[in-house]
Amino acid sequence: MSDGQSSVLWEESLRGGSAWSHVLKRGTALRITDIDGGANVGALFLNFEIPAERYNLPDTLKAQHTAHLTKGFALYSDMGRILCSITEDTCGWHDPLCGHANAESVAAKYGEARYQQHRNDFYRNSRDNFLIELEKFGLTIRDLPFNVNFFSKVVVEEDGSLEYISGNSRPGSYVELRAEMNVLVVLDTCQHPLDSDPGYHPKPVLLSIHRVAPPDADDPCRISRAENARGFINTERYFL
Amino acid sequence: MMFDPSHAICDFTLEAGEPWIHRIEAGQTFRIVDLCGNQAVDTFFYNADDTAERYSATDTIVGQRNIYLSAGTPLLSNLSRPMLTITADTCGRHDTLGGACSTESNTVRYALEKRYMHACRQSFLRAMIHSPYGLTKRDIGSNINFFMNVPVTPEGKLTFADGISEAGKYVEMRADMNVLALISNCPQLNNPCNAYNPTPVRLLVWQGGK
Repeated sequence: MSDGQSSVLWEESLRGGSAWSHVLKRGTALRITDIDGGANVGALFLNFEIPAERYNLPDTLKAQHTAHLTKGFALYSDMGRILCSITEDTCGWHDPLCGHANAESVAAKYGEARYQQHRNDFYRNSRDNFLIELEKFGLTIRDLPFNVNFFSKVVVEEDGSLEYISGNSRPGSYVELRAEMNVLVVLDTCQHPLDSDPGYHPKPVLLSIHRVAPPDADDPCRISRAENARGFINTERYFL
Repeated sequence: MMFDPSHAICDFTLEAGEPWIHRIEAGQTFRIVDLCGNQAVDTFFYNADDTAERYSATDTIVGQRNIYLSAGTPLLSNLSRPMLTITADTCGRHDTLGGACSTESNTVRYALEKRYMHACRQSFLRAMIHSPYGLTKRDIGSNINFFMNVPVTPEGKLTFADGISEAGKYVEMRADMNVLALISNCPQLNNPCNAYNPTPVRLLVWQGGK
């Protein structure tokens, strides 16, 4: 059921600037839809059973010789296993390189808006959102090495410079992540650290979780390259 | 003016396949010399006074809006603070996206049967286990690969290219805070980046900057 719509277990919208965490179970998939266009979703992935195993940016890039993420790519842990695979993507480019903003960089860029005056529209930042959600699972800043930025595009020019591409994600764009392990997923909907919008305008997304079949022998993520075939073998051996 | 090795407070030659952990005080200058050419020097930095603060590749590349590290680059921590600043670089640029090899990533990248081969993360864990700093696997964040060339294209491809370093090239940095340097002199035998021949590097520390 590649569109997943007939088997939705749970649907929830996430306001701009918020944080969310959930243990995404093997055999389910998380679809994230950019409701208005221009969203950014920072995402952490850890093995829920052994959190010292977590998403590893260099291992993900090196195994697949890529510096961006889209359908057919896998998110690797530091243990040579696949935490999630990207099974659907109508956006085309997600940024794995640029990390996330923090309280100081958000205040420097957008100014300050505190809860007392602004209630739940106060300005939040990705790093604190991540750390607060990790703390709920007994994890700390030592457990926060790398995040993906879904729906955002940053191009690396020939000289190595980073160029943020605005308008990468249209309204209704979605990406689907199939859990290959039981994965602690932490999401954050603050703006990308290089967002060219000078104002604080984080965008909402829609989350939906549905059941999926295990990846079969012809699974597009598995057969996309020899490295991923080995990554799936490592992952399946973990569950033996 | 070049620093004089005879005045260095630390002068150590690290063989390939070995780790090295060393405290560098704020204001000291640290030099890594690629003795034989194109040797990858996988390096972490920690705040020596609070190791939860560590080098962050993403903060560093976003901070300077460029993925390559060279003279002038502030090496930023996961709290976005400068830990060290690169003050001299005769190589030209260094990688911070290629990470460190591990036995597990070698099974994915090369073959399941390659698990037995020595790897950087084995060296890091050995150094952590045998040092008094309380570091564990959770502290393996992002690293720098001094002297490695890992170009990214505008189309979003990542490649491992032939090295641009050569024998005698060096990189020098001044510590902006007290740091622990944790290095694995990379033992990788599956990647042409070091001509399949891992070689020693020289590590020097001087009191004070230029």
